[in-house]
Amino acid sequence: ADIISTVEFNHSGELLATGDKGGRVVIFQQEQENKTQSHSRGEYNVYSTFQSHEPEFDYLKSLEIEEKINKIRWLPQKNAAQFLLSTNDKTIKLWKISERDKRPEGYNLKEEDGRYRDPTTVTTLRVPVFRPMDLMVEASPRRIFANAHTYHINSISINSDYETYLSADDLRINLWHLEITDRSFNIVDIKPANMEELTEVITAAEFHPNSCSTFVYSSSKGTIRLCDMRASALCDRHSKLFEEPEDPSNRSFFSEIISSISDVKFSHSGRYMMTRDYLSVKIWDLNMENRPVETYQVHEYLRSKLCSLYENDCIFDKFECCWNGSDIVMTGSYNNFFRMFDRNSKRDITLEASRENNKPRTVLKPRKVCASGKRKKDEISVDSLDFNKKILHTAWHPKENIIAVATTNNLYIFQDKMN
Amino acid sequence: MFVRGLKRKCFDGEEDIEGTLAGIKAIPSYNLQRQSLLDMSLVKLQLCHMLVEPNLCRSVLIANTVRQIQEEMTQDGTWQMINTQSTGQASLDRLVSTDILCRSSRDQAEGKHIAAYGTFNKDFESDQAQDGSETMSTASSVQAPRNLQSNVWEMENPQENKGNFQKSLDQIFETLENKSPNSVEDLFSEVDNSYYDLDTMLTGMMSNTKMGHCDSLETFSSPTNTASNSNCKSDLNDLDHIVEILVES
Repeated sequence: ADIISTVEFNHSGELLATGDKGGRVVIFQQEQENKTQSHSRGEYNVYSTFQSHEPEFDYLKSLEIEEKINKIRWLPQKNAAQFLLSTNDKTIKLWKISERDKRPEGYNLKEEDGRYRDPTTVTTLRVPVFRPMDLMVEASPRRIFANAHTYHINSISINSDYETYLSADDLRINLWHLEITDRSFNIVDIKPANMEELTEVITAAEFHPNSCSTFVYSSSKGTIRLCDMRASALCDRHSKLFEEPEDPSNRSFFSEIISSISDVKFSHSGRYMMTRDYLSVKIWDLNMENRPVETYQVHEYLRSKLCSLYENDCIFDKFECCWNGSDIVMTGSYNNFFRMFDRNSKRDITLEASRENNKPRTVLKPRKVCASGKRKKDEISVDSLDFNKKILHTAWHPKENIIAVATTNNLYIFQDKMN
Repeated sequence: MFVRGLKRKCFDGEEDIEGTLAGIKAIPSYNLQRQSLLDMSLVKLQLCHMLVEPNLCRSVLIANTVRQIQEEMTQDGTWQMINTQSTGQASLDRLVSTDILCRSSRDQAEGKHIAAYGTFNKDFESDQAQDGSETMSTASSVQAPRNLQSNVWEMENPQENKGNFQKSLDQIFETLENKSPNSVEDLFSEVDNSYYDLDTMLTGMMSNTKMGHCDSLETFSSPTNTASNSNCKSDLNDLDHIVEILVES
């Protein structure tokens, strides 16, 4: 139940939320920067922990509904409280996280412990005042958006209008208003009339960061569709279709599986979007549909191992990816490795998130995987990679070079060296 | 395409392949590899029915892979249909249909009338329940070629299927009598409950798959293989028996 299933920074980067397989959400807060220690940014400490979703049982279908948190998305902050959306396979919840550091004291009719005083003993009146107390962080569910998805929810995305959001499952995408829980609009439906004809599912969806009527969704066949909600109420017909023609020389029985897109993310500017399939990360220019502008190989050495990876189901692992602005992209791999690609310098780096190999406050050593032939010192051969140690979830601070990397059970936070 | 990391099964069969599948230019073990991949995929699909709803994306991808392999095998000519009935062609299409691939072995034995229910997920429309009643009558005619297909795949344990077929047929009949959309879902929820059955089914399947390559290759090489024919005959007899029961009740 401690398996981390999602990681997300809020809009300021001060808070970092993680969701796990047991339905819990843990929020970390960055310490205020210490002026004297200017070479180190604040550390992240636990701020709040709460149980977001509980396991449920669908009696109609005799199936369990997992409480695992699939995605967390923060709302931009509008007042003192913080709001986030968290979702499991079926239900989305809006949580309010608020601080309480004062409490009223000096009631006339009540004692401090809450018992009512005998009115006859009240001889004078006083005005209650707020006195400081130990900080308490409270999380309360404010909205529950349920019963709108027959299939498993894989994505939620908040619109740039900050009033609506979308939720996507394998076959449908729904549009919600944050204030309204008993209704949602269905905006995409790819369910065939005859389920036997099903060959493609929706794997991820996201709203454009600036254009509130535009969103994209990716599929298991490696395509991305951009839809405009102004075109029609049901966006079954895409406005743009992004697809790269298949490379015939690389064709195998696994071609389709490895082309399935596991994550799609817009760059902060909204000009580009990034997709992650099993072996690579692709950067697309929204203005060009027929191929990506850049392709980065995450772990090409796995291409010859696809059959084994199919056998042990690793080929179905859904890796996420994230942007640093519009310049650097990051994604995870196996053996607790994660990769970063710099679009400008075309350099890439492989790093490892593990306690054994890295002491705190030391600079991470770049790693290298040896695909074949003689293994150099410090290189790791493909066969000794641990496929149970996978980094599926990573997040980049919106403003600073701080990253959060989730291994199966642990969360690592790295920052770049400052001096 | 050479798939590495896959255990070679049934080494004795290789000599046979080289002789009999002479038309195929590829490395002889390619067919074995492909067959292993097909078997593996079908096993993966069989594991759909668990307590938690199966991952639809994974099921779809595996089903597409199976379809791809089957299409290639059809083109190669290694896929030989042992059927004489006119519905044979229809059942080939059925085979390629994703629905079939996602069913557990006992469901496969139930034949075409299950097809309408779409086992990818438990989301059934009421019109599909009506389809079920229509296609019931065609069950017997499609059943024969389908079981023959199963023999070629060697995916099923025939003994298992007989018992489960009976039970599932009863359930279907009850369900259709009730004529409510939700009860169709209940049908599958009942079928899913027993882990014991899952284990037995798996054990049966795994032992079959090991033998599968040898048997299926023999079937490819000689369509008139008496072993497979006798299997067909006994299955047909079982079917007649069961359909009789159905009709009587």
